[in-house]
Amino acid sequence: MAAKSSLINMVAVLSLTCLLCSAILGGAYALTKEPIEKAAADKTSRSIALVVPEFDSLSEEKAATLDGKEYKYYEALKGDAPVGYAIVSSAGGFGGDIVLMVGIDTAGVVCNTSVLSHSETPGLGAKCTSDEGFMAQWKGFDPSVKILSVKKDGGDVDAITASTITSRAYTEAVKTAVEVFKSLRDEQ
Amino acid sequence: MSSKARLILDGFVKNNPTFVLLLGMCPTLATTTSAVNGLSMGLATLFVLVLSNMAISAIAPIVPDKVHIPVYIVVIATFVTLLQLLMQAYTPAVYETLGLFIPLIVVNCIVLGRAEAFASRNGVIASAADGLGVGLGFTLALTVLGAVREILGSGSIFGWKFISGDGMLAFVMAPGAFICLGYLMVLFNKYLKKE
Repeated sequence: MAAKSSLINMVAVLSLTCLLCSAILGGAYALTKEPIEKAAADKTSRSIALVVPEFDSLSEEKAATLDGKEYKYYEALKGDAPVGYAIVSSAGGFGGDIVLMVGIDTAGVVCNTSVLSHSETPGLGAKCTSDEGFMAQWKGFDPSVKILSVKKDGGDVDAITASTITSRAYTEAVKTAVEVFKSLRDEQ
Repeated sequence: MSSKARLILDGFVKNNPTFVLLLGMCPTLATTTSAVNGLSMGLATLFVLVLSNMAISAIAPIVPDKVHIPVYIVVIATFVTLLQLLMQAYTPAVYETLGLFIPLIVVNCIVLGRAEAFASRNGVIASAADGLGVGLGFTLALTVLGAVREILGSGSIFGWKFISGDGMLAFVMAPGAFICLGYLMVLFNKYLKKE
């Protein structure tokens, strides 16, 4: 059973426990740091490969500023020439931010999109990661020909059934990525 | 039956944390949207429960009574953080699905509850058996609840879809969690707890 409490043994036991626990965690952190970074990097490069045209190498992570907000993006290169951009953008959905990786080729056409994280309702908004019709429409979506808003709002995007808010947010995020791309193109 | 096996079985049936003690309801309701999610959450909790039970039973005799809760929480938090780092490194996909509920294992009342009620008064091996039993009971409960919700809500089981289209979506969401939990609790208490 527990020992009798005195100031000295309370302080001693608490400090000792904390010291030992921090040592264990420090060690575990050092050991897992590399695999964690690798897992995160793998995930990023996988989602980039999914959204841009075929490429040889990727640029380092870069940042573009649009309307005072910073957006991360990656350049996909074939030889030395860029073939597309993978832009990370987000918009507020039904349950929280939907973060997308949007691939845009050098002509400004959306190649594909992929969801990095979301917290939409399972079975409804969460279908933005599984609904084939919804996902397929982004392949080759040309924002200079089609209008980037859902059909309900007079655009050309087919919304997910019963998930207009999610579809709107998704579209909004793609739109932001297109804007980021335009500002990148204008710079060059 | 040996006393250790008895301890494991008790955690499973007589003291089943979900269906009998009604502990740890928050992760139970929130993570059981599918059988796999329930199973992963159960196993994560099992890992923490066994290790923290063993560590706490080992240090209990030297821990002064007045500071025992803070000491136990530090020990539990250490194992949870350890688990979190390991999952992030080696099973990032599972870590992403369970998300916030992994760090929340620290405040899962099952873990502190077993530390207080059992581990602090029993030996290391008995405490490990208790942790294993309660952990398995929790895992079983979460997997069954997840499976029922997945079958009704998505028309699939362990990710394998047996109907086309959607199931009854309500079961994937919070109200369905409460309804399923309620019915499972009734069935469990009627047929299993008696013996």
